Amino acid sequence: MPLAVQAVGGWTVARVLDVRRETPRAKSFRLSPGQPFTHLAGQHLVVRLTAPDGYRAQRTYSIASAPGSPEVVEITVERLEGGEVSTFLHDELAVGDEIEVRGPIGGFTWTGDTPAVLVAGGSGVVPLMSMLRLSRSLSTGPPVRLLVSVRTPDDLYYAGELPGPEVTVAYSRRAPAGDTRPEGRVAAEDVGRLVMAGEGYVCGPAGFVEHASMLLVEAGMEANRIRTERFGPTG
Amino acid sequence: MRITRGFAGRPHGERDGRLPPGQYDARDDWPVLNAEVTPRLDPDSWTFRLEGSVAKPTTWTWEELKSLPWSEYRGDIHCVTTWSKLGVVFAGVPVDLLLDAAEPLPGATHVMAFSHTGYTTNLPLEDVSGGRAWVAFEFDGRPLAAEHGGPARLLVPHLYFWKSAKWVAGLRIMDRDEPGFWERNGYHDRGDPWLEQRYQGD
Repeated sequence: MPLAVQAVGGWTVARVLDVRRETPRAKSFRLSPGQPFTHLAGQHLVVRLTAPDGYRAQRTYSIASAPGSPEVVEITVERLEGGEVSTFLHDELAVGDEIEVRGPIGGFTWTGDTPAVLVAGGSGVVPLMSMLRLSRSLSTGPPVRLLVSVRTPDDLYYAGELPGPEVTVAYSRRAPAGDTRPEGRVAAEDVGRLVMAGEGYVCGPAGFVEHASMLLVEAGMEANRIRTERFGPTG
Repeated sequence: MRITRGFAGRPHGERDGRLPPGQYDARDDWPVLNAEVTPRLDPDSWTFRLEGSVAKPTTWTWEELKSLPWSEYRGDIHCVTTWSKLGVVFAGVPVDLLLDAAEPLPGATHVMAFSHTGYTTNLPLEDVSGGRAWVAFEFDGRPLAAEHGGPARLLVPHLYFWKSAKWVAGLRIMDRDEPGFWERNGYHDRGDPWLEQRYQGD
């Protein structure tokens, strides 16, 4: 089926409305783009920084906010040691500052019309959070199930907002007191409970995505209905 | 040019001339960015096909492909997500040899590369000919790993690396351009890293 080519606009200036700490290593940035920004849940944008001598660096970051508010877009960024863009965003960028952004971009998208199984490793929860927020905004939407794997409670993004009947958190190194699941990497039992007829979305570090997507296939999901987004060390 | 307050960037006085604009050197990392589940393809049932606007549609088995003359690419690769990997070595069969066998018809202008996963990406025919494209099956002297597209991927190193379709299953020769998977999602139809053709409209 032919699909329309999606145009990606040019660069636009976005003002920082709010900076919020998610974890010791991650912050969310609420941005007000100079032009209306209409994204689909799961897409990303590009941030470009320009030094006084003209040197530029750009990186892509997943959008965490739900679609539907074209005047505001939120990204969550992990601070990578030595990463020239993420360290700038964390250590320097303040409310009222302006950066250039471009987008939205990407085909890792959920439009809210099919059941969805979402599996995130660490910072891979960001685009899936956009999907979860969309799902929660739909009064009669299809079922969505989210599994988030993190090392410890300190590594969990959106800790105040995530909990809900459709969300499971799996701790690989240290679980909070009272958590009944033994610590460990995501296993067949974890994903077996999630699987339903619908689309699969897996996002996280490359090794996690390989592992989790194979578990979904082994649990009965069709490989061609699973979309993946792998985060590399892109600074 | 809009200066970002407080941004200096990493030391960049001696930028490596092999890096296209907006790219950085990933050094030993080789980030993996796929849109799909990594398939485990058995070479015994793997095939590569040239079809569409050709005089002789042709399918090669793994053994047939590996028996063709191969050559090396020594150089750099560039991903649209801004990493580049410098000084890599791939080995594979030049796409020219395969085109010679299938004989594209006179009106052919573009190709759609397609993968065993269903992934597609479009390229001008001239970008996969003239010694600039391979069906690559080795990286640094070793069989290409599944996560990097093994047993074989398309290699078009002068374009952004999403054009180098992993798990490549063939090329459909076309008389006009039409967008592939990422191209329908906003990525550029050609993808020249030296022109920073990242997205539609660049």
